[in-house]
Amino acid sequence: MLKKRLIPTLLLRNSRMVKGVNFDNYRDTGDPIFASKVYNSQYVDELVFIDIDATNESRLTNKEIIKSVSKECFMPLTIGGGVNSVGVIRDLLLVGADKVMINSAAYNDENLIKKSSEIFGSQCIVIGVDVRFEKDEYVLYKNSGKIKLKTKLTDHLKRMEELGAGEFFINNITNDGVMKGYDLNLINIVTSNTNVPVIASGGAGNFKHLVDAYKSTNVSGLAMASIFHFGDNNPIRARFHLKNNKVNIKEV
Amino acid sequence: MIGVIDCGVGNLSSVKNALDFIGAESIIIKDPNLVKSVDKLLLPGVGSFKVAMDSLTAEGFVSEIKNFADTGKYILGICLGMQLLAETGYESGITKGLGLIKGKVELFKSISLRIPHMGWNGIKLNNEHPILNNVKLKADFYFVHSYFFNTSSVNNILTYTDYGSEFPSIVCNDRKNVIGIQFHPEKSQKQGIKILQNFLSL
Repeated sequence: MLKKRLIPTLLLRNSRMVKGVNFDNYRDTGDPIFASKVYNSQYVDELVFIDIDATNESRLTNKEIIKSVSKECFMPLTIGGGVNSVGVIRDLLLVGADKVMINSAAYNDENLIKKSSEIFGSQCIVIGVDVRFEKDEYVLYKNSGKIKLKTKLTDHLKRMEELGAGEFFINNITNDGVMKGYDLNLINIVTSNTNVPVIASGGAGNFKHLVDAYKSTNVSGLAMASIFHFGDNNPIRARFHLKNNKVNIKEV
Repeated sequence: MIGVIDCGVGNLSSVKNALDFIGAESIIIKDPNLVKSVDKLLLPGVGSFKVAMDSLTAEGFVSEIKNFADTGKYILGICLGMQLLAETGYESGITKGLGLIKGKVELFKSISLRIPHMGWNGIKLNNEHPILNNVKLKADFYFVHSYFFNTSSVNNILTYTDYGSEFPSIVCNDRKNVIGIQFHPEKSQKQGIKILQNFLSL
């Protein structure tokens, strides 16, 4: 049976790892290459790297990070941030990424999703979706939560899947870094509106939050950062806790 | 020396990194004439069956790979590389495969399944093969695919994996020198690396 995935997210700024609250107030959380090696030794299921600035300069830095991590961490690696052309995707795959996450460019250039999924396969095209709950609905945001969009969430999901998206990575900015639990309602809306795997991010503060999300939604994987950065929780303990709570998790 | 075939689709760096990690000597092969010069062949690949097969045909790899298999030397196909070993593929039309292992490659059909089948899943042993020596059969491996290798030839199936129903996740030919693995050993941490080490020792 297919297992539920645990996916630490490493946010990158210059060549450092950072973590913020609600996409703001970022704090330095260490060296991403060292952190990746630790996560690797703890048998996490995948790693996601997101360059939150995505300037040309830092993208070059990211290439070095992925290159170095992919030489010793034998698990799927996803990289996002500034992914806006077939050329960028090709470069990232060549240095060792297995998947790329496209967020802002998915709104700016639909053809990129179609083209890149045809060339590289849907399995390596992950669509990042950032939302905030406002009044009575989910509102989409791009550019790291800075630009509000008019597109409806469910329309966006359907369109991206049609164009060849292989996976969604969703995040409720309001929950991000707050460590009060995932937005289960959002997860349920997304999983019921798409047939591709869904990874949820934003809100994990303790192991109960992970169990709650797995028990009450059809999410394929959960991404997290703060829970492992701040405090003494680690993926091995998370795995034990999930197993004890009968969540189907990878055997190593 | 392991020759890693570059059929123009997908990404070879993951496979190459894993081979370097286990200390295997390997070269990326772009020229089909070099196929006969290596001891073992590795056929990696992600992407579409048709695109990859068209590329292997256009570059002149097909007969070289078949001849290599006839000599009894070992071939390992991974993911799409595994599927290409089949007789026929049904991704973007009907395409003739390498035909080294009986079977056809078809889309997962159940509407209740999320496609691609992406993530970690287990294997169940059907037939022994040294490629699985000392591999923990209880472990999970990393899969990512929408099509699967369908064969009724039970003797050619080494392991099954359950996704809605059971499908063959490792297959081999009758002579046991051509092996296909649907999951990515190079992305499956310790137990996956063990499989690559076994391939090296064959």
